[in-house]
Parts: sequence; C-alpha cells; structure tokens
Amino acid sequence: MSWQIVLRRVGKVYDERPVLWDISAKVTAPGAWTILGPNGSGKSTLLKLIAGLLTPTDGEVVYLHNGERLTAQQRRQAVGMVAPDMALYRPLTALENLRFFARARGLPVQDNDLLSLLEQVQLRAQAHDPIATFSTGMVQRLKVLTALVHRPPVLLLDEPGSNLDEAGMGFVRHIIREQMKDGIVIVATNDTREMDYGEPLIRLGA
Amino acid sequence: MSRSSGWAREAIAVFAKDWLVELRTRVALGAVVLFAFTSVVASGFALEPPSGVPAEVKASLLWVILFFAAVAGLSRVFVVEEETRTADALRLTVSPAGVFVGKLAFNTVLMCLLCAVTVPLYLLLLEAPVRHWNLFVVVVVLGSMALACATTAVGAIVAKATTRGALFGVLAFPVALPPLLVAIHATKAAWVSENGWRVATGDLQVLTGFMLVIVPASLLVFEHIWSE
Amino acid sequence: MSNIAKALTGVWIAGVIAVAFLWLPPAQGFRSPEAARIVVFHVPCAILTFVAFLLNAAYSWGYLRTREPLTDAKANIAAELGMLFAVLATVTGSLFALEQWGSAWNWDPRETSIVMLMLVYAAYFVLRGAVEERTKRARLSAAYALLAFPAMVFLIWILPRIVESLHPSNTLFSRSGLDPMYRLTLWSFFAGLLAVFVWMFRLRLRVEIAETRLRQQMSCEPETTLTGAKR
Repeated sequence: MSWQIVLRRVGKVYDERPVLWDISAKVTAPGAWTILGPNGSGKSTLLKLIAGLLTPTDGEVVYLHNGERLTAQQRRQAVGMVAPDMALYRPLTALENLRFFARARGLPVQDNDLLSLLEQVQLRAQAHDPIATFSTGMVQRLKVLTALVHRPPVLLLDEPGSNLDEAGMGFVRHIIREQMKDGIVIVATNDTREMDYGEPLIRLGA
Repeated sequence: MSRSSGWAREAIAVFAKDWLVELRTRVALGAVVLFAFTSVVASGFALEPPSGVPAEVKASLLWVILFFAAVAGLSRVFVVEEETRTADALRLTVSPAGVFVGKLAFNTVLMCLLCAVTVPLYLLLLEAPVRHWNLFVVVVVLGSMALACATTAVGAIVAKATTRGALFGVLAFPVALPPLLVAIHATKAAWVSENGWRVATGDLQVLTGFMLVIVPASLLVFEHIWSE
Repeated sequence: MSNIAKALTGVWIAGVIAVAFLWLPPAQGFRSPEAARIVVFHVPCAILTFVAFLLNAAYSWGYLRTREPLTDAKANIAAELGMLFAVLATVTGSLFALEQWGSAWNWDPRETSIVMLMLVYAAYFVLRGAVEERTKRARLSAAYALLAFPAMVFLIWILPRIVESLHPSNTLFSRSGLDPMYRLTLWSFFAGLLAVFVWMFRLRLRVEIAETRLRQQMSCEPETTLTGAKR
C-alpha cells in the first residue's frame, strides 16, 4: 500500500513571467515534508500544483499508488488541503459544510457521524452556527476536518499556523503527527516554528 | 479507493449546497425576481391600455423580460464561488462534470421560479390572451430550461473574468438568442393561433434539440473554463 | 505573400471591379438594375465572414486541445477578419436593400444571420478585453467561441422559419436565378477577396508573432534559466 507523489520538472508561467520552473521531487508515504521559502516565492502555487488545483505549464505532477498512476478523480479522493485562501461556505453551519463535503465525496455518513467528528475538534457545540461567526482557530479546525473527512492519504497544508495561538498550533502539530503515520503530509511555510514539521523537500526563492 | 463518487451524486450535493446558500443569502433570487417584477409592472404601466398592443409584441416582451431577469441572476451561482473564495475547495472535492450539472440544475430551478412569479403577473397586467393553456405552459417550461442551459456555461466564463460588469449580458445574448426566438414564436402560437400545437411543434423540437446540443457542448468546454 | 502575388491580386480585383461596373449588363428583374451590381461584392463578403467564423471555431477547438499560444492568435485573427467582412457584407447588403426595396433593413434571414454573427464577434472581443492574463484569455475566449458556434448554427437554421411567419418574406434573389455573367464576376471577385483574406491573415499573424517575441525578450532576465520551458 504505497503512495507516491512525483514532480517531474514542474513549471508554472503566468504571461511569460515564470513563477516556478524546473521543480522535481519525489515523496513516498509515510512521512512529512516541508516546502520552504519567503513570501512570494511560489509556495502556495507549488502546493496548489501538487493538489491539482492548478495545471503546470511545464512538466507534470503524478500520483502513484502501488506503482499505478491515479486518474483525476482518484487524485481528488486522495488529497485533502487546508489553505488560508481556501474558504468554506460562510452562510452555512459547521455541520452543513461538513455534510456537503462528505456527501460530495460519496461518503455514506449520517449526521451523527459528522457530529462526532465535530466533537473530536471541540466544535460540537457550534455545529449549528454559521461559520461566519467562528474565530480563526475554529475555522481552521473545521477546515482540517473537511480536508480529512474522507481519510485521504495525502494532506497538504499551506501556512497552517498563520493566525493561530499556541493551542491552535498544538492542534496542527497533532494532526500532522497522526497523518504522517501512514500518509503523506506536505507543509508549505515560512514560519520558523513550523520548519521542523517535516523533512525539507523543496526550498524556493533566492 | 473503494468509494465511487458518481457525478450524479456530486451534482446533487452541489445543487443542495447552492440552494442552501441561496436561501440564506437570497442574492440571486432577489436580483432575478426584483428585476422581473419591476419590468413587468413598468411594462404594464407603459402599455396601458393593453388591448391596443398586438399579441406579437406581448409575446416578445415577455421573453425579453425573462431573458434580462436571467442575466440579472444566473451568473451568480459561479460568481459567488469566486467572490467568497470557495471555488478552490469545490474544485478539490467535485469533478468538473459534477459542478456543472449541479449548477445547471440550480439555474434551471431558478428560471422556473422566475417564470412562476413573472408569467402570471405578466398575463394579468398585460391582459395576454392565452388560447392554448397546456401548450403555453410547455413553452414556458421548455423555454426557461433552454435559457438556463444556454447561459450557465457563459456564467462560468464570466465568473473567471477579472472585470465582470455587464459582461454576462453581452456574452449570454448571442447564445440565448435561438431559444429566445423560438420561445417567442411558440408563445404567440399558444396565444392566438387556431391550431397552436401544430404551429408550435417545430419550435418545441428546436428547443429540445438546442438543449441536447448546448448541454454536451457546455460540458465539453466547462472543464477548460473551470480548471486553471 | 510575395510582392508579385500582392500585385497580381490588386490587379485582379481592380479588373473584376471594372468588369462589374463597365462590362456587366444591368441586372434584369431588379428594381434598380444598375445598383444590383453590388451583389457581386456583397455575396463574397458574406461567404468569407462565415468562413472566418468556421476558422475561429476550429482554432478555438485546436487551442483547447494543444494550448499553443499561436493557435489562439489565429482564432483571434479569424474573428477580426470575420468582423471586418461581416461589416462589409452588412453595408453592401443594406445599400442593395435600399435600392431594391426602399428600406435599408428588411429582416431577411441571411442578412439577420450576418448581423447576429457580428454580435458574436463583438461579444468575443469584449470577453478578450475583459481578461488580462494571456493564457486565461485564450482559454476563456476559446470556450466561448465553442459555445457560440452551435448556437449560431441553430440560429441560422431556425431564422428562416421564424422570420417567414413574423414578417413578410423578402426573398433576396435566388442564386440560381442569377445571370451566368454575374455569377462569373461574383466568383472572380470571391477569388480575389479570398486572396486578400489570406494575405491579411498571414500579415496579422506575423505581427502577433513579432509582438510575442518582443514580450518574451522583455520579460526574461538574463540570470533566469528557463530550462524545460517550451517556447
């Protein structure tokens, strides 16, 4: 049961301006890795390329499971991602958000299952509140939950600790530790506190 | 990888989610219904007495109002994802086909709601003479469905453009024109023609044929619109 | 296009125009037989605008498959030329209608189709103007072109039946009824105009390529190595 992500000479160009070029790397489960670099160096872009949210202008990102290439649909099922600019649906409650992402992925879950998931991240009490009322920490916990609801082998985190207090950081650390037991975690960060979350995979920027 | 998320299931989830958001915020509904309401009332006021207005004009005016009301609200379903930054999470979770079909269904229901509100008011205020009621209902349903089919993919394109403004109306009009024209033609037949069904059958076939062509075409190009 | 070819085309077209005005007899069966000569110029323009539309759709399809920037440039140029010839066709058609039926616009299905085509071209350009980033612009306008194409096909198909019943039909002379001399002149003009079309297309393409090269040179800094980036 081995999962692999392979980046082959990946590049992304916007209007003749290259943001990323000639990135190659390979990660094999289990483990955690980091993508490091200052702001504006293309960390988020690279993470989105790995997630499949962006298509590379050069090269390719390949997911392998036991040596077989994954289709786009299989990739979607294999990845969970948390990023500051990836928002959830603010007019909906925590439960409604979770329900949507679970149902969209075809998970045969009942509300009770979802409520106990919310329990695990201390959001059970706010399950029926619209997330527009949530604090940053609460939103982050819910984002992590929606990213992991389908138990993906790959978890991608973009600056997970931004705007979080110590408790929030502790939560992130716990999630990463759990995920890296069997799966792949890739963290993009420029925060010194987060640099030791995993092995440095790629360093961007000067 | 034992779970199979068929696009149908995804589409249903997207549809349900979009309506939930819409019922909470009521942006699209508000825009669409408000526009239609004010247009119909203004038309009724301006065209007093309505008996002096020929049936063709009333038929055309109805569909012009429906079209522009659609323009007021049918791009919302995609624009809101971009504006609230939820598009990435959606793209990560749902296949392009699932997104498109779900939102097409949303727009279709929105159009039907629009018609349910607008058409009776229009018939009342402008005293439109309906001769074949069953035909008229069929025309309205098929016509509004066709309008939704024509404009959904265009709405997706507009949502991705940097300056949106009046873009949707400009882009949607040429694509919506064929169903619009036959809907007007068939409406007139339903209102005044003696053998309305015989006259309008061709139009109904065109409407259906149009949808059968535009929806696959939209599906084909949607993947390119949706992915970056 | 070589200078000889350009000169030949110019002479050819001048010759055809001269024939149309000096040698062709006034058309029979028209209200203003002299003005009916405009048919010779009108029809080729109309044909070319539809050809341009087809090209635009084909290049749009090609772009979505290959993502070659040049293919997108070609789609754009086809649209530009299509718009040009649509305007010419509409103007010549209106002049003819004015002479023949006394009013410049008669909702003839064919004329209406061309005006609808202009609408599509205009919408296409508006869309292109609204997107700043190059690849996004190409992608979105190609997608729109491929939506507008079947819509226009439907429109051209249904227009006659709609117009027939909504308005009295003004049959714009049947092609088969045209005097053979006229037909010869018409197709001669078409041949010349087609050559002009090709010439303008290639010229415009060369400008596009030059602009692209200039942009690339200006944005590449010497230290950046673009290994693996295809150009």
